[in-house]
Amino acid sequence: MLMEYLKVFLTGGIICSIAQVLIDKTKITPARILVLFVSLGVVFTGLGLYQHIVDFGKSGATVPISGFGYSLATGVKEAIDEKGFIGIFTGGVTATSAGIAAAVIFGFLGALIAKPKAK
Amino acid sequence: MDTNKFNMTKEEYKEYVDKKSENSPILKNVLLAFLVGGIICIIGQVVTNCLIAKNIDEKTAKTFSTVFLIFLGAFLTSFNLYSKLGKYAGAGSVVPITGFSNSIVAPAIEYKAEGYILGLGSNMFKIAGPVLVYGIFCSFIYGVIYYVITMIR
Amino acid sequence: MKIGKQTLKLENTPKLLETSSSVGPKEADGPLGNYFDIKVNDIFFGEKTFEKAETKFLTTAINNLLQKVSLQNDKIDYIFSGDLLNQCIASAYSVRDLEIPFFGLYGACSTYVEGMILASILVNSGMGEKIIYSASSHFCSSERQFRMPLEHGNQRPPSAQYTVTGAGCGLITTSKIEKKAPFITYVTPGKIVDLGINDMANMGAAMAPAAVMTILTHLEDTGRKPEYYDAIITGDLGNEGSEILIDLCKKNGVDISKVHTDCGKEIFDTINDRDVNSGGSGCGCIASVFSGYFYQKMKEQKINKVLLVATGALMSPISINQGESIPSIAHAVAIENEVN
Repeated sequence: MLMEYLKVFLTGGIICSIAQVLIDKTKITPARILVLFVSLGVVFTGLGLYQHIVDFGKSGATVPISGFGYSLATGVKEAIDEKGFIGIFTGGVTATSAGIAAAVIFGFLGALIAKPKAK
Repeated sequence: MDTNKFNMTKEEYKEYVDKKSENSPILKNVLLAFLVGGIICIIGQVVTNCLIAKNIDEKTAKTFSTVFLIFLGAFLTSFNLYSKLGKYAGAGSVVPITGFSNSIVAPAIEYKAEGYILGLGSNMFKIAGPVLVYGIFCSFIYGVIYYVITMIR
Repeated sequence: MKIGKQTLKLENTPKLLETSSSVGPKEADGPLGNYFDIKVNDIFFGEKTFEKAETKFLTTAINNLLQKVSLQNDKIDYIFSGDLLNQCIASAYSVRDLEIPFFGLYGACSTYVEGMILASILVNSGMGEKIIYSASSHFCSSERQFRMPLEHGNQRPPSAQYTVTGAGCGLITTSKIEKKAPFITYVTPGKIVDLGINDMANMGAAMAPAAVMTILTHLEDTGRKPEYYDAIITGDLGNEGSEILIDLCKKNGVDISKVHTDCGKEIFDTINDRDVNSGGSGCGCIASVFSGYFYQKMKEQKINKVLLVATGALMSPISINQGESIPSIAHAVAIENEVN
């Protein structure tokens, strides 16, 4: 059990550290980091690599935004296996629908109650 | 332009500035990003494990865990706490799914002043929009490739 | 009269009769807190939006100025004002109820001195007797204009600067007015300089070359040495930009290190305050620090000869996203207690 959490911590930590190095060394802005990581998540899943990371690190690999790319890609793959061609279009968003809907709903509710503040 | 006062080309000036500028404290930043990013992932795993322990199937448990983290990010953002975390955690708070949620709530709060539809509504995905665009588009390309490969087989 | 390459000598020596400043909570808590006229504890200034708050900071500073010199607004000939918001709305809405002929300016963070120069030239030429110039900025409204939403959890690199919430203004009058006040003796409007920096988080480095050009040109045109001035005050170069300025001046054989100070470095505690990084910035930085602190020091005759140099970065988020670099400008004005 403890070992499992250690693996989660390590995997998640390393993914975030890579992003931090990129931000500090290359001046890639955080908004671009998000796009880069989600795209890399899809690419590595497509190459069959990300699955190994998920098997090892579990949430450590799925919670970072690259995991969102992993969900999109695996969703597309499964949908194609099941429904064929139309799966290319339905798979990704179906697999991530809960996340997207939650982001819209909680985002809206959060914005309703919050007031902007200076840092 | 009369730049002979500087005796340097744009490239030389850029090099000079890069040398001059104080570097980000990279080791400290990376350690903090590692720590915070890792902890957020652990929270996700704890939620998943708790739900599985209550006989909920793994897939649903994972989805629930994602929804919970998105809620957490939105919650902390609307109480002005996530930006405080971000100041220290950097990528550790940007890259996890809580950061995705933060990037949706933050502009939504800020643009509320311009009204609920053209302000909040249209600016909500100002930062997160590209993530969906490129994520979904990449998965489309992957889908096409995968489909073609399965056809050939 | 024009002397040298781009300096104007104002023979009729307009007076900087009075100044006024207003700042937000962070600036009030800073090292110069005691010098500002109006300190507001609420970043919203009781308003609903940051843009309205900025407008109120500016309005309050202008009204305070009018009160200080006990003048009604109909006695003012013109007002020059600018800020960082799209279409200069803080200025327009501030001036809306004043009923003073208005010129809106955009010179980014150089606006304060740009306004001062134009007002002085008009007064010097006899086209006006009492002219106000002003400028403002607000941390939250400019973050929104130029950077990320406030609640977004991101880090600011060490070279980044923190926009000052505040406004400053001054009244330029003819030297005929009896009251003792410093004179505007020379003005040196700057040229745009762009050495190719495109990093919005490193404005100091983008603007420093413009300051170098204007300061060197001013000294050449007037035949003065840096030591002539008690202080050469730049607007918001911050820690990094100031180092670059001193360095580049030295390379041209001019040592300003003993007389140089920077409003962006003065207004915040850049050593202990993690958030401000390299120092303050924005129109409101030089506006509040000069109007509040340095003008006070001149009145007390602690400093008598000042070269005030405001730098501005004239890009927009659109031009930066389109891959352009940051064009920068610096305007200088010599302010002296005695005229020889």
